[in-house]
Amino acid sequence: MSSGRHPLFLPTVLVGGLIFGFGLGISQMARPEVVLDFLTFEDLGLLFVMGGGSVVAGLAFWFVPRLRDGAPLTGRRYERRLKAFDRRVLVGGGIFGVGWGLAGICPGAAYASLGVGNWPILYAIAGMFLGAYAQGVWRSKRADDTATPTPSDD
Amino acid sequence: MLSGLLGLETFFPNGVSHYAIGGLLVGLGTAVIYYGTGIPAGASTFLESTLSYVSDRDRFQRYRASRDWRVVFTVGIVLGAAVYALTIQGGAWTTAVAPWRLFVGGTLVGVGTRVGKGCTSGHGICGVGSVSRTSIVGVVTFMLVAIVTANVVAALGVTP
Repeated sequence: MSSGRHPLFLPTVLVGGLIFGFGLGISQMARPEVVLDFLTFEDLGLLFVMGGGSVVAGLAFWFVPRLRDGAPLTGRRYERRLKAFDRRVLVGGGIFGVGWGLAGICPGAAYASLGVGNWPILYAIAGMFLGAYAQGVWRSKRADDTATPTPSDD
Repeated sequence: MLSGLLGLETFFPNGVSHYAIGGLLVGLGTAVIYYGTGIPAGASTFLESTLSYVSDRDRFQRYRASRDWRVVFTVGIVLGAAVYALTIQGGAWTTAVAPWRLFVGGTLVGVGTRVGKGCTSGHGICGVGSVSRTSIVGVVTFMLVAIVTANVVAALGVTP
């Protein structure tokens, strides 16, 4: 995939990221305070962020495969984002929830937060890398790691 | 009067328009990448794929194929938010949330998103948009736990 890539592949990803980040800025989700206000029921506005985002993405995931067979820049077939359910989804979701409730920040919003000038968010981003690294090291030390499905590139 | 009846001022003291516009744009960014590439992109795999630049572990190397475009996606998110900051926000903004909360919470987010196969964009936007049961269960789980956590932290008097 890396060698025969369409010249517009990376520019398209960049433009998508720009719109995504601008949206996170406008939505205020890049501010931990706003997320914490949402989680403590003081301002439920974030429902509209996640609702609006998933509805637009959902429309794209529904319509686009009906317009074309494969993506113009990769030839990849359009598929939905479906991952196997197991206990890890609950355990990981629980750990993620404690972190999100404590810090008020999640990965995409953290990158956007850096963009709005919030340099203290580097504490959170450093923590995320540390956590992902620790999890990866721990997983690779486990003998039954072969049970892990091959990751897709999403 | 109508907004009062609906509880809009109680539950949405800052209005809803910028939240809705932001959400639509987040979805649009996802849709642009999906249309062009067929990839339902989430934000958290960037952590693992970027670690492949500095760690030889097989665990991270398996994300090698996607690491360059994930960096581009993330740079795009930072720049897009910077454009917002320079045009609408009118300069830099910094959080008052304590560094230890950001760091400890961030670390748990880093562990949790990798164990749980996704984050607020992967599960919350792409997964829910795909009507994936796994993602819906994931979102409900982290949402409920986050609500409990944030309320406990607030009740303990930790501010901000």
